[in-house]
Amino acid sequence: MGKKNLYALAALTGFIVVLPLVIGNPYYLGIFIFWGIYSLITIGLSLLIGYTGQISLGHAAFFGIGAYTSGILSTRFGLSPWIGMIAAIFLAAGLAFVIGAPALKLKGHYLAMATLAFGEIIYIVFNQWISLTGGPSGFGGIPAFSIGNFSLESDFSYYYFVWGIVLFVFLASINLIHSRVGRALRSIHGSEVAARCMGVNTSGYKLKIFVFSGALGGLAGSLYVHFVTFVSPGTFSVMFSIVLLTMVAVGGMTNIWGAITGTAILTILPEYLRAFQDYDILIYGAVLLGIMIFLPEGLVLGVFNIMRKKIILREVEEEKLKLKKSR
Amino acid sequence: MSFFSQLLQYVFTGVAVGAIYGMVALGFNIIYNATGIINLAQGEFVMLGGMVMISLTTGLKVPMILGFFISVGIVTLIGAVIERGAIHPLKNPSVMTLIIITVAASILLKGGAMFIWGKQTYTLPAFSSSTKPISFGEASLNPQTIWILGIMAASMIVLAIFFNFTMTGKAMRACAANKLAASLVGVNVKLMVLLSFALSAAIGAVAGIIITPVALMDYDRGTMLAIKGFATAVLGGLGSNIGAVIAGFIIGLMESLGAGFISSSYKDAIALLVLLFVLFIRPGGIMGTTGEEKFKK
Repeated sequence: MGKKNLYALAALTGFIVVLPLVIGNPYYLGIFIFWGIYSLITIGLSLLIGYTGQISLGHAAFFGIGAYTSGILSTRFGLSPWIGMIAAIFLAAGLAFVIGAPALKLKGHYLAMATLAFGEIIYIVFNQWISLTGGPSGFGGIPAFSIGNFSLESDFSYYYFVWGIVLFVFLASINLIHSRVGRALRSIHGSEVAARCMGVNTSGYKLKIFVFSGALGGLAGSLYVHFVTFVSPGTFSVMFSIVLLTMVAVGGMTNIWGAITGTAILTILPEYLRAFQDYDILIYGAVLLGIMIFLPEGLVLGVFNIMRKKIILREVEEEKLKLKKSR
Repeated sequence: MSFFSQLLQYVFTGVAVGAIYGMVALGFNIIYNATGIINLAQGEFVMLGGMVMISLTTGLKVPMILGFFISVGIVTLIGAVIERGAIHPLKNPSVMTLIIITVAASILLKGGAMFIWGKQTYTLPAFSSSTKPISFGEASLNPQTIWILGIMAASMIVLAIFFNFTMTGKAMRACAANKLAASLVGVNVKLMVLLSFALSAAIGAVAGIIITPVALMDYDRGTMLAIKGFATAVLGGLGSNIGAVIAGFIIGLMESLGAGFISSSYKDAIALLVLLFVLFIRPGGIMGTTGEEKFKK
């Protein structure tokens, strides 16, 4: 990990620690918690899409599996949410392995469609396996996490708990990118055949990253369900998979920092667009299309590059003027 | 009802639905052949076809036949606009970019439809004036099914004439075979890409219009139709039109028989499982003869 990343990570940590102290409004605190939870999934997606070059249109399914596993174990079976969380991670990872092993042999459009179909199937199961999931209306009464006798029920403590996990996962992911594994992943993105020729076990790495991102989805699902204490299938539709994809695209797919910034933009911004209510789907479509056509490197980097280009052009003009005057 | 007439009843339903899946799959094939793109917004064309037709005939009281052609025309235009607006401006797009762009176009169309028509489910009167079902023993056949099959057959014949006997159709096929070679002999490849989007939007719209009287229509239908249509296209061998029609009937029958005899709650999952199964076992589909690698691009 380079110095640049270290400083940026320190700055991010500082920002996260101070944020709830500056903005005490409990409503915003809730939104920041969602930002953290969704970031966990988008970090995994960024590794999968941006670094390894494999698309997934079904990641809402892993999020849902995590949420339902943790929710069902802690209500029906009365187990501790911690056990629910561990089960959520393992079940999501296991499912990612089962579906990823055959699916990742496919490329491009076929992989997109396979993951889309997988997401739809899981969504149908959430809706139809009524005896287990409560069907379309879901179920509630899911307990919060607690450490010993200390309950993490308050938003304030839960915020730090969630972001502690997010920052840890983020640090681990940055380290992963800057390791031998990270270089192998990028070589797969560049050219799978070339990577294989260089002795990179491409299918092994692709599957490992898919399983890792699935596990992160399961973890996020568990954190989500013990926060909102209620679960219903609507949250985990294919539309949410596309929202997650939009978050990664807005942040910039080629950089893992984009996962955190993109998620922040698309979690916090819609709160200001309440007037649009149901039409947020229209906005997500327009944003995703606009970003892919005009700013494929993401909003932050894209705007930064345009500004830099403008500044350079202006400097060139000024130099030209100076030359003219001196003549 | 005896087992046999029950079976016959499910077959009737399956054939009608299967024809629609086949037509959606044809739409996928047309764009795929000309560009190598899988247009994930394909299902939205079907939804739009039905919705525009409903507005024209029940809202504006346009006669059925006129409304049919105007609706197809409008959706064709939308298909062309999508190509010009979202696909044309890209320079050397990666597959990843194309996937995300067509996904974005799909939810944009879906959002637009929700904006215009709201979340209600709409219906359309049947094409024939007599809506009395034709009975075969205890089973009954909805007259609309005959319309669906007839219009599907007519569209297939028009398509076949277009691709085999007109210059533009032949140019599109040349594009599908080899883009570089086609452009060398003077085919305007960019125009063919535009045409393929327009044509597949038109096919989608026709499918949407003829299915609405039996299946109803709402803004949210597109995604599921697209996935099932894609399942059909893959089962039939992507790019193969005959394969698409056969696979459409296979999936339609599997779905209606599965819903009737096994469980109706998991009806929608059947086509999806078929898709996963075919992708994992035999990505070339039933009509695909080419090696696996070509289909894993």
